[in-house]
Amino acid sequence: MAIVPNPHKTTGFLGWIDDRFPLTKLWKDHISEYYAPKNFNWWYTYGSLALLVLVNQLLSGIFLAMFYKPDAATAYDSVQYIMRDVSWGYLIRYMHSTGASFFFIVVYLHMFRGLVYGSSRKPRELIWLFGCLIFLCLMAEGFCGYVLPWGNMSYWGAQVIINLFSTIPFVGEDLSTWIRGDFSIADATLNRLFSLHVVALPFVLVGLVIAHLMALHEVGSNNPDGIEIKKKKDPATGIPLDGVAFHPYYTVKDIYGVTIFLIVFFAVIFFAPDGSGYMLEKANFTPANPLVTPEEITPAWYFGAFYAMLRATPSFWGTQIWGVIVMFGAVVVLFFLPWLDRSPVKSIRYKGPIFKLAVAGFVVAFVMLQYLGMEPPNPTRTLFARIGTIYYLAFFLLMPWYSRVDTTKPEPERVTG
Amino acid sequence: MSRSLPLSLLLLSLATPALAGEAMPYAVKLDRGNTASLQRGARNFMNYCSGCHGMQYLRYNRLGKDLNIPEDVLKKNLMFTTDKVGDQIHSAMPAAQAADWFGKQPPDLTLETRARGADWVYNYLLTFYLDPKRPNGVNNLMLPNVSMPHVLWELQGFQKPAGEKEEKGEGAGEEHKPKYELAQQGSLSPEEYRKWVADLVNFMDYAAEPEKAERVTIGVRVLLYLVVVLLPLTYLLKREYWKDVH
Repeated sequence: MAIVPNPHKTTGFLGWIDDRFPLTKLWKDHISEYYAPKNFNWWYTYGSLALLVLVNQLLSGIFLAMFYKPDAATAYDSVQYIMRDVSWGYLIRYMHSTGASFFFIVVYLHMFRGLVYGSSRKPRELIWLFGCLIFLCLMAEGFCGYVLPWGNMSYWGAQVIINLFSTIPFVGEDLSTWIRGDFSIADATLNRLFSLHVVALPFVLVGLVIAHLMALHEVGSNNPDGIEIKKKKDPATGIPLDGVAFHPYYTVKDIYGVTIFLIVFFAVIFFAPDGSGYMLEKANFTPANPLVTPEEITPAWYFGAFYAMLRATPSFWGTQIWGVIVMFGAVVVLFFLPWLDRSPVKSIRYKGPIFKLAVAGFVVAFVMLQYLGMEPPNPTRTLFARIGTIYYLAFFLLMPWYSRVDTTKPEPERVTG
Repeated sequence: MSRSLPLSLLLLSLATPALAGEAMPYAVKLDRGNTASLQRGARNFMNYCSGCHGMQYLRYNRLGKDLNIPEDVLKKNLMFTTDKVGDQIHSAMPAAQAADWFGKQPPDLTLETRARGADWVYNYLLTFYLDPKRPNGVNNLMLPNVSMPHVLWELQGFQKPAGEKEEKGEGAGEEHKPKYELAQQGSLSPEEYRKWVADLVNFMDYAAEPEKAERVTIGVRVLLYLVVVLLPLTYLLKREYWKDVH
């Protein structure tokens, strides 16, 4: 099918543009004539909120990069320079540091929405896969950003994470040296993590977000009932009977959601930017020091669950790689979700008690792991972390079985509520 | 909170059960709005601390502006190592010799209250006690085997661990129970000394985040705007559009 310029036959200045660039077409396809199910609930605001936080990170990041110095000798001082001497610098930095935490909160909730309403299921597998890649990219971005202030927690956090690669048999030591660019975390490491944080990863991230949205708009959004609105169209117009135009219906609804989000976001920025030491770690108020280890090395709080899994896995056969495998496995298993769920229905609303119980347990396990990852380990905590880890993995790996044997309720013909 | 406690302190409290659960006997009351307290704290810092410790992220003129100290007073009473008001507060002591004398260079204190907490600093300055085993003759509850001498001894005097261990109840931290008794009187009474240190810690808390007051003021306005103006407006807009869907 050949591309026809200006399919909407606009005239005047807009017509001049549309003859040369699909402006009206893009607007209509993705905004004003993109029909989304009318029964979205508040779980469906996290997608647009994630986009908002991404823009916040990009904009505040641009300004931070104007004043930050990616050099082991000056990085820490330049952050204090931003906090004190740069006009509004403290606000820009708090927006960025708080934004990072909120990015993960929003993305975790967004992913959970996809899990419970079956948004990853056919025909939306690619949307989910792009989403998982976004999550992976975001984790890398979060880690690099964690190192840049070059406080003592940054330094030792980087030490721990990059050392994970050294557990790989045969090539591990050389690989981690190659990643660091030095034999320990040093200036070279900081410089390259800066490059990844501000150039490479944001490019990939934005590209993946565009792919995520294009795939979404190609097949249309899922909804809390997990049924396809495209099956029931108005015969005259071809518009889904249960669809409403994204603009203005969901733009105004999302703006309302954004306002509620901003109230929470700015309350944290202005009144608790440290997040009680979870968002700005106390140890990061002293400069990086290779000779002094912080009392407790913890990653950023949003990696808590994965860090807990890493620590909970025992090392045997003389290697610690099992923890690394479990931790990465916990992320990789997410990619397979569209094919793990074998239930005939998508949404949790029409699934049986086994799935509901499994999901409830998953929430408990994830929150518990998230907490345990931030606490110093002791035998009791390690035990619970092991239970949580096994549950997390079993939740996904046993899904093909329990989602099939579970009872279901019949899906409705049209969306409800 | 336990994350912020030094491991060594935990070990110490295990070794001496009497101290367990009573890591911080005192609690400081910060008052950012009390300019007089902040000014006294700045005076205390400049006269007793800045000889060895810098505040290299704070500039003299910023301090003067925020604490309502006129430039001539600032120059005459608080600036010892420079006469340029735009300079940052550096200590007078050369770094290399300092490390030689004390085993390590006395740390910069600009961010100390954010790194350890204001309560920690307050307790640290109140809990130096005589210990003949240490080279400086003193040890510290918060930082065992401290290398800093008790530079405030003139004011506090010297204290030694109290002979009797008191029963600890709930909220022992707030009750200012004396764990130490004075072995040698200082120029200030214990209560005056606590106030003196509280002023100092109040100032250090300011120095750690000078923009805090502005941040909170702006925050209130931003939230008022969001809650009072934007929230109802966006809600009504949404309701208006969705009328014909529901």
